[in-house]
Amino acid sequence: MKFLSALVAGLLFGSGLLVSGMVNPAVVLSFLDVSGAWNPALAFVMVGAIAMAAPAYFFIRRRGPSRTSEALLRLASDRVDLRMITGAAIFGTGWGLAGICPGPGLVLLTGASVHAVVFVTSMVAGMLLAPLLLRRARGIDVRSAPTRATD
Amino acid sequence: MTLDAILQALIGGVLIGAGAATLILFNGTVAGISGITANLVEGRSGAGGWRIAFLMGLIAPALLLGLPGVDVTGSLPMLAVSGLLVGAGARVGSGCTSGHGVCGLANLSRRSLAATMVFMATAMLTIQIVRHGVPT
Repeated sequence: MKFLSALVAGLLFGSGLLVSGMVNPAVVLSFLDVSGAWNPALAFVMVGAIAMAAPAYFFIRRRGPSRTSEALLRLASDRVDLRMITGAAIFGTGWGLAGICPGPGLVLLTGASVHAVVFVTSMVAGMLLAPLLLRRARGIDVRSAPTRATD
Repeated sequence: MTLDAILQALIGGVLIGAGAATLILFNGTVAGISGITANLVEGRSGAGGWRIAFLMGLIAPALLLGLPGVDVTGSLPMLAVSGLLVGAGARVGSGCTSGHGVCGLANLSRRSLAATMVFMATAMLTIQIVRHGVPT
């Protein structure tokens, strides 16, 4: 059941990335480059996605106490901290360089181009290196970060 | 931007949102692709099956339909640096475009709003410098 719903969720998400054009780095970069020939498509994609997902999140949060609803409320009220801002700035710098974020990166692998393979391999390396570097530098375990509601 | 292009972006967004809604409703999980990927490659917590199922679903439409008109350009060293920053930044910042930008905002999280504003701003600044140079 969990596999099936996760598969369906992935199919919907992946179809959305294709239909919206967000798998195309050129489309993403034309949104990020505000002084070029600006293409606002990414903004409409986010509006559609948030409008669709928000009622589901609202429903889960209001349905009554559960591990998931508690985790979502905790995620929503978590404080903004320096580590998260630093990470977002590092992420944004990488995203602005190539116009590829993790979802589209994985989808681009299906094109079997050397470019996509280099990007995703480096991305996975970055994911694996980050906790090691952070832990060594500051004694923080990045993997305890609330990246998901429940497990 | 034509009306058709706006509709296409909105419909694509709705599909992405429907995927995120499905995952929170039926799996109780946030559809953060960097988190799902990282937890999978770290081999954490045994229950990796649903993550593999989600990622298979994610790439299946492109496998079936191909990637018409999509081209990854840029030098390989630039893509390697970009990938490293995206992967490390998503881990340090506890999320990426999907986790913060879609799911976090749908969850009305201040933290995700801050993260989204920061990565949007830094991405815009980066491409500005790459394409148009440092303002003097």
